[in-house]
Amino acid sequence: MTAAAIAFEAVSKRYGTQSVLDDISFSIGRGEFVAIVGPSGSGKTTLLRLVNRLSEATDGVVRIGGEDILSLDPIALRRRTGYVFQGIGLFPHLTVAENIAITPRLLGWEPGRRKARADELLALMRLDTDYATRFPHELSGGERQRVGIARALAAGPDIVLMDEPFSALDALTREALGDDYRRLHAALDLTSVMITHDMLEALLLADRIIVVREGRIIADGRPPDLMRRDDDPFLRELLDTPRRHAERLGAFIAGPPP
Amino acid sequence: MIDARIADALARLPDYLGSHVRVSVIALVLGIAVSIPLAFACVRRPTLRATALTITSIIQTIPGLALLALFYPLLLVAADLSERAFGYGFSALGLLPSVLALALYSMLPVLRNTVTGLMGIDPAIREAALGVGMTRRQSLVMVEWPLALPVIMAGIRTAAVWVIGTATLATPIGQTSLGNYIFTGLQTQNWVFVLVGCAAAAALALAVDQLLAQIEVGVARRKRGRVSAGVLGMLAIAVSAFVPGFTRAGPAYVIGAKPFAEQYILAALLEQRLAASGLSATRRDGLGSAVIFEALAAGDIDVYVDYTGTLWTNQMGRSEVAPRKRVLAEVGQWLEAEHGIKLVGGLGFENAYALAMNRAQAEALGVRTLSALAPLTPQLTIAGDYEFFGRPEWQALRETYGFSFRDRRQMQSEFMYPAIAAGEVDVISAYTSDGRIAEFDLRVLTDDKEAIPPYDAVLLVSPKRANDQALLAALRPLVNAIPIGIMRDANLRAQTESPAAIARWLWETVRKRGPGTAPVTGP
Repeated sequence: MTAAAIAFEAVSKRYGTQSVLDDISFSIGRGEFVAIVGPSGSGKTTLLRLVNRLSEATDGVVRIGGEDILSLDPIALRRRTGYVFQGIGLFPHLTVAENIAITPRLLGWEPGRRKARADELLALMRLDTDYATRFPHELSGGERQRVGIARALAAGPDIVLMDEPFSALDALTREALGDDYRRLHAALDLTSVMITHDMLEALLLADRIIVVREGRIIADGRPPDLMRRDDDPFLRELLDTPRRHAERLGAFIAGPPP
Repeated sequence: MIDARIADALARLPDYLGSHVRVSVIALVLGIAVSIPLAFACVRRPTLRATALTITSIIQTIPGLALLALFYPLLLVAADLSERAFGYGFSALGLLPSVLALALYSMLPVLRNTVTGLMGIDPAIREAALGVGMTRRQSLVMVEWPLALPVIMAGIRTAAVWVIGTATLATPIGQTSLGNYIFTGLQTQNWVFVLVGCAAAAALALAVDQLLAQIEVGVARRKRGRVSAGVLGMLAIAVSAFVPGFTRAGPAYVIGAKPFAEQYILAALLEQRLAASGLSATRRDGLGSAVIFEALAAGDIDVYVDYTGTLWTNQMGRSEVAPRKRVLAEVGQWLEAEHGIKLVGGLGFENAYALAMNRAQAEALGVRTLSALAPLTPQLTIAGDYEFFGRPEWQALRETYGFSFRDRRQMQSEFMYPAIAAGEVDVISAYTSDGRIAEFDLRVLTDDKEAIPPYDAVLLVSPKRANDQALLAALRPLVNAIPIGIMRDANLRAQTESPAAIARWLWETVRKRGPGTAPVTGP
């Protein structure tokens, strides 16, 4: 059996006496698209940062492809892991093309190859090539997030980590971008981990949802399985809103009441 | 006459402006080179950051003139230690203390803006820099530095304007600058000079500020053209100031002058006399009284004119008063024994401290002597220059005569005369060789109890030139050559003519009288 793409083994994270993650274990297989769902302060961002060593576990082991990440060079690890930041985090003094090709540049790619890669990713993210020379402040929110995703993909990572990637976008843009990303996830054979507080988004995009609350995993499963579960009041509360929306919309589509 | 003054002022512009730019550029580059790395080092260390910012803020509160003056004695000690330890000394006068003091002055805005710029970067951007796989160093160079650069440039602009303005105060520690116009102009009542000095410094500051603004805006908006234009302009200014400096041959002798008209005239006279003997010389004008003696002893200057009374009280620490010839002889012996300084001889006149009153008021009150003045002092106001009330002569006068003036005021000497003419003050400190005593119709009150020592103008030569026969031969014709009346005339002319022109007139006049005719004998 091949090693999991990402594995957490009894991982805890504490800042001083405050516990953020408490004895977390799970593993993510290659090619999975996992959404980590939880309210603010549940520890989900910390969990994501542990994967590329922006933060380090207090206890337990995090493995990438079976290797303990403490044995890996953190810089090299980050360069081969895509990361989409919550605030997008584009460098304001760099053009779109320079932002996209930043990790290739750090890896020492030739300028010609970097430019070709930037153009390729602009096309993949459905952005015109003349965006290459623009600056982040000249883009709309949706365009910026497309560039953020392109940057995460630029060095051809196997794993892409996304922290609330679509939460600042309007509903239409969010859906279009979500669908585009879902397509890329399959086409590029990625392992994707997305953090979100929006259960509906998680249900629609992810293969699997891990629900985190107060530093612990309270549910972990495929969306249809989670929808059928009724044992945990918090989980039920999370799922109720999308379920009610779906029922109402279903009713509208079925036709007006007599 | 105004035309002649403007022509004279413009003739000095290349030298003064070039020196001003040189000292400013070196100081600014040094200040930036220290401040920016310091800012990077302390931006993530709160204690170090607070310490560095506090220290630079404190430096900023020291008045520019004091900061510049403080460096001279410090460097003098350092030069002495270096001479002893490594056999290599350096000049503690001029460029070095000016550059160090101005560099310190430039540090606060650069340090503060660099720290502010770096700390103002959105933490999400720094997180992103790490997240895409940058090392700490790459993040600083590729992200934090370019993002902070517009703020850093604004700090550099502020520093540049401060340095250019403050560099005018480098004149009293021997660094030629646009301040030479201002100091000379104030002392000789040459307002054209003062205006030219102020205007040139302001124009330079404005030009540099505008060029740096081009760079700042260019950096902020990523306009390469504006950055290049600004950089080229700055380079042009710097290069034009430095290139002639390399080609100019170093003159053999350095003549010092204290910051008042008589000294400028005598320094010009010395320069002309040396030139007449085929000796090239340069000038260090406007040196402070304490600085100039140390500079001579250390060999930073070679020759200047001092006054026996000043040396007697300030350097020798003597408080008693002795006859003129004895003071001259003892001062000469002491200088030789203590410092190896050669006293070539007296010029023939005294420039003593004295108290003066309006002639009309003095006659109305019936005052001719200081003894007669003493009982009237509770109703009178006295004005003195900045030095006067701190000097031992004032102490001696007060103790000897028991003065108790109603009020005492300090002012620039050129404002004291109009003040006494207008009746704003009743008594002023004056110099006996000052031409304005006659011009303003003042009466010099007789020091009838001999509280003030004699102040013969004497030629002093540095220890390293004490046996320089060519120099001594060029100076000897000046000994006992200048009577007080001619010196007063010369000083009075300082309000309308350049020191060089007066020096030529002075030499013509005393030559016609024949050499060595002034009343006091040489050593």
